Amino acid sequence: MEMPSPNPAILARKARLAERLLAVLPADAVIQDEAETRAYECDALTAYKCPPLLAVLPRSTQEVSAVLRICHEEGVPVVPRGAGTSLAGGALPTADCVILGVARMNEVLETDFENRIIRVQTGRTNLSVSGAVEDEDFFYAPDPSSQLACAIAGNIAMNSGGAHCLKYGVTTNNLLGVTMVMMDGTVAEIGGAHLDAGGLDLLGVICGSEGQLGVVTEATLRILRKPEGARPVLIGYGSNEVAGACVSDIIKAGVLPVAIEFMDRPCIEACEAFAKADYPMCEALLIIEVEGSEAEIEHQLGLITEIARSHNPVELREAGDADEAARIWLGRKSAFGAMGQINDYMCLDGTIPVSSLPFVLRRIGEMSKEFGLDVANVFHAGDGNMHPLILFDANKPGDLETCEAFGAEILKLCVEAGGCLTGEHGVGIEKRDLMLHQYSAADLEAQLKVKDVFDPKWLLNPAKVFPLSVTEGRRAVALAAE
Amino acid sequence: MMTPGSEAELAEAITGASGPLCIQGGGTRGLAVEGEVLSTRGLSGVELYEPGALTLVVSAGTPVADVEALLAKENQRLAFEPIDHRGLLGTDGTPTIGGVIAANVSGPRRIQAGAARDHLLGVRFVDGSGQVVKNGGRVMKNVTGYDLVKLMCGAHGTLGVLTEVALKVLPRAEAAATVTLTGLDLPGAVRAMSAALGSPYDVTGAAYDAETYQTHIRVEGFRDSAAYRGAELVKLLSPIAMAEVQEDAESLWRGIRDVAAFQGRDGDVWRVSVKPTDAVELVPHLEAEALQFDWGGGLIWALVPAGTELRNRIKVPGHATLVRAAQETRARLGVFQPKPGPLTAVSEGLRRQFDPRGILNPGLMG
Repeated sequence: MEMPSPNPAILARKARLAERLLAVLPADAVIQDEAETRAYECDALTAYKCPPLLAVLPRSTQEVSAVLRICHEEGVPVVPRGAGTSLAGGALPTADCVILGVARMNEVLETDFENRIIRVQTGRTNLSVSGAVEDEDFFYAPDPSSQLACAIAGNIAMNSGGAHCLKYGVTTNNLLGVTMVMMDGTVAEIGGAHLDAGGLDLLGVICGSEGQLGVVTEATLRILRKPEGARPVLIGYGSNEVAGACVSDIIKAGVLPVAIEFMDRPCIEACEAFAKADYPMCEALLIIEVEGSEAEIEHQLGLITEIARSHNPVELREAGDADEAARIWLGRKSAFGAMGQINDYMCLDGTIPVSSLPFVLRRIGEMSKEFGLDVANVFHAGDGNMHPLILFDANKPGDLETCEAFGAEILKLCVEAGGCLTGEHGVGIEKRDLMLHQYSAADLEAQLKVKDVFDPKWLLNPAKVFPLSVTEGRRAVALAAE
Repeated sequence: MMTPGSEAELAEAITGASGPLCIQGGGTRGLAVEGEVLSTRGLSGVELYEPGALTLVVSAGTPVADVEALLAKENQRLAFEPIDHRGLLGTDGTPTIGGVIAANVSGPRRIQAGAARDHLLGVRFVDGSGQVVKNGGRVMKNVTGYDLVKLMCGAHGTLGVLTEVALKVLPRAEAAATVTLTGLDLPGAVRAMSAALGSPYDVTGAAYDAETYQTHIRVEGFRDSAAYRGAELVKLLSPIAMAEVQEDAESLWRGIRDVAAFQGRDGDVWRVSVKPTDAVELVPHLEAEALQFDWGGGLIWALVPAGTELRNRIKVPGHATLVRAAQETRARLGVFQPKPGPLTAVSEGLRRQFDPRGILNPGLMG
């Protein structure tokens, strides 16, 4: 993976930069020791590492503003970091950058049940946002599987999703307002507890911009009352095609489950070996969850199982109680752990139209043979968000490269099928060089123009999202102007 | 008036334009600016509809009514319930889906299902230089690059002219129940609506008519489920007011959506978005002749004497849009709320980037 070479002029100014930062931050908030900066050398895409020049851990919006103003004046690139759980390398440093971590900003600023909002500092973890309101039976809907660790800052940067998006939407649909610090240190309030924007929807373009437009320090989030209850059903089929047809028929019948999870045979086998959830051995497994009162759950599950039976399942298992429900989810929830036990793996998250599911799974199977690497598929079937897990051996020379090449082919396939490169993880560095498969040069230029407005000097997370060849001119101008 | 029949022709029309363009779908939303009319009505038709994937891709000039009829055949709908402005503004013409998206118009269900922008999956547009751009796609989860889809939704054509939109559609509910509480003042109504919206009953509409003192709360779903939740809401709200349930109330909610209460009455109409509990504090300062509330109290429709500057009276966070007024008033006060401080520069910067010649609906958004 190519990254821009560090600017020697910036490396030479490390001491002065640290001194300036120490003038606006407490001593423990500026990390300059080489052994300590190593803690920030990568995120959850651990194949790529590079310690930053410095790391800073501010505690307030004012401190973030002071840091950015200095970096702006000094012409130093800044890479914002939430909890460092990005699977796409969104928080990967360059040697000449300052890592701006928001981990120490994790306060709940306001909970308001009458207006159904919570305002938090963005270093707070996703799950602890729900934790702050659960005593009143409320929750924050987006639930990425890293929710125990990942920060709201990163959720906003990547527009994170989760298993329950079909009903509740992703981050952008649950974000009402932000406090954002622009690269020159300007603090902007965008949106708030009221709905929708007066003028242009700036909040909409900030969410998902991968830390390239500003550093979001506070967020107003929509919270919802928990449903009365929820229950899953497990359905096994003899082929991916039939399972796909079943999903489509359920949606067409007007039922909107909160989650429809799909696992293929390699995934079922791995989960079964690992978690012993007593899954049936078949080609495709669906876990479908519905919500509501007891009677509503009964009614929806009745409709779903009727449709499921018309497709001749090899197994159909309804949860009779909470224990059985937990058992149904057990295997799925341990899927990634199961894979990790077998092998190193790479997790992709391309999205496809649900109708192309059988075709895409068949092609992935063929490609698996061509590349000589196994793939297990686990998948948010309601919204088409795939998660192919490619298994490889990091200790075997060349395996990582083969895996990356295979992954790239899968993502291109997703685009060809009418989908996209990434449904919830973000582009980062991982999918940067594939962007021209999804978008034309003109499409990307339109996106770059947005960054030009928010960050004219191209200092915020500059080596991400877009192919380096596409952004080269802009980064060079920024460098020359310095 | 130019009515290009294809995206390429539309791009040519913009490239060749020598002065301001008034971008128009059906022209029903009263937002015309000075300039040659560039209509999207020649771009009409369904590109793709997959009911099993809840996905619809249509050309921007397609009439909303055609879209709704197509979806109804599969028992689906646009869940954000776009307002039809014709009654309120006294306009005629045929609302287009492109107009709905360009204006990000959403009705009562916005509080539960989201706004138009939350259902927009992808766009194709032509920017002010005549460049064709696509963003997003046709799948529900997509974080590939910047979300210009949201930026285009609500930009009223000032960043580019939409040629095609991809939408997430949803199943049409089998039934609805509307709980109506009578005799509440605004603080009581907001309290009742907050209680309902904070309940587990999945409320899809919460509106208050300050002229009849009626509060309406809607639930939707399968027939038994809607009836059950309606009855539960009556129980929940009984300490606040006596309530009645009606099974269907489609015309009531259409009236709320389209602000039927202000149709044919003199005066300017403002649309104010605030936090619901702030509405209680704000309303006495508005000195309005009549008021209607939606979105649990957070959306205020205010009827005021012609020429009134309402924004000066609003001291709580939010924004106010001048929806109906004489041309002179609109020019003087501006239709849209100016952005605070640094965001004005960002908005202007974006408009300059996407429309360097300043020819797309100039002046409409500042």
